[in-house]
Amino acid sequence: MARHDFRNILEPILDRNPITLQILGICSVLAVTTSLATSLTMSAALTFTAATSSLLVSILRNHIPPSIRLVIQLTIIASLVIVIDQLLRAYAWGISQRLSIFVGLIITNCIVLGRAEGFAMRNPPLPAFLDGLGNGLGYSLILLVIGTIRELLGTGRLLGYAVLRTVDTGGWFQPLGLMLLAPSAFFIIALLIWALRTWKPEQVEEPEFRLRTTEGRKSA
Amino acid sequence: MIELIQRAILEENLALVFFLGMCTFLAVSQRLETAIGVGIALIVVQSVTVPANYLIQTFLLTEGAWAWAGLPEVDLTFLRFIVFIGVIAAVVQILEMSLDRYAPALHGALGIFLPLLAVHCAVLGGSLFMVERRYDFAESVAYGVGSGIGWALAIVAFAAIRERLRYSDIPSGLQGLGAAFIVTGLMSMGFSAFVGVRLP
Repeated sequence: MARHDFRNILEPILDRNPITLQILGICSVLAVTTSLATSLTMSAALTFTAATSSLLVSILRNHIPPSIRLVIQLTIIASLVIVIDQLLRAYAWGISQRLSIFVGLIITNCIVLGRAEGFAMRNPPLPAFLDGLGNGLGYSLILLVIGTIRELLGTGRLLGYAVLRTVDTGGWFQPLGLMLLAPSAFFIIALLIWALRTWKPEQVEEPEFRLRTTEGRKSA
Repeated sequence: MIELIQRAILEENLALVFFLGMCTFLAVSQRLETAIGVGIALIVVQSVTVPANYLIQTFLLTEGAWAWAGLPEVDLTFLRFIVFIGVIAAVVQILEMSLDRYAPALHGALGIFLPLLAVHCAVLGGSLFMVERRYDFAESVAYGVGSGIGWALAIVAFAAIRERLRYSDIPSGLQGLGAAFIVTGLMSMGFSAFVGVRLP
């Protein structure tokens, strides 16, 4: 595997993370992260869809008429999602109930369609596959971090096993109920973005209006 | 019925409680006017697609729906995703063409947002929720309208906050996306206060 192939995988994980930098695919990040088990399932499902759909679109790219390319891409993605949904229903009914509609929403996840349209349509199958895989993994990384934080602080468990002993069972840990509610997901992702951009300052967005400093006001 | 609409708007707000349509929510909320445009477009699309998908689900996809054709064992529910996304894309396309033909002014205002809604989590999510919660036809109309209004309300309020936010002094790492998430989180907390509100 050539060097630049590895870059296709590694770059989307931290430097061009689809979630924290490109604002793609955020719906599911927030909704399925109340526990680590659902986050893991969702990550696997999305990584599979992103990689496979990029591969298929890339193989078919010379045969897809430009005017109906979105329809074809959506059909490919939707077919893959149906396969995943049926598999989950057959072998992991409990998880599939907890993910409720969010497996179906992988179809409209902008990461998958974005990579198919933006990368796979113009590149040969192997780089396209790796690019899809990388973006899926970048998404999974954020999902797993948020899932871990929310489940650990919200219930004191990880994957259902008690890690921090809660007050109810005679331990010291008071579960933070807020972590299981919607708003916490937004706060955690904001803090993650903050941390990532402090570490990699080139990702910082320029403010639209600079504040004038007090010296500036004196001279003006 | 009123209760269902009210619950879809406030308590089960698609954007702030189920996080649907977040990409659009964050991407087109820089200006209040564009946010209003997207919001109205979404209400229209949502009120058409949810009932349309209800009809398709009931008369073509559920188990036994093909009994009239002598095929009582056919169960096409597994095709739901692909059919729904097709219906949504078709409705959006038809809506865009008919607006262009009969209401050019409205088309000018909403036209650019309509294609955006063809692959929109909130639109597909609304239809999938309708199936999951087993709404009947009237309820699905009410849910479509209500959830559309709820999403529009959220994005318009968010855009208004974001316009004010532009002049504030934010730590550089939180600039833009980070601050947007924190504001959404606070709004989501605000909306959770509506849980349990019942009209008398």
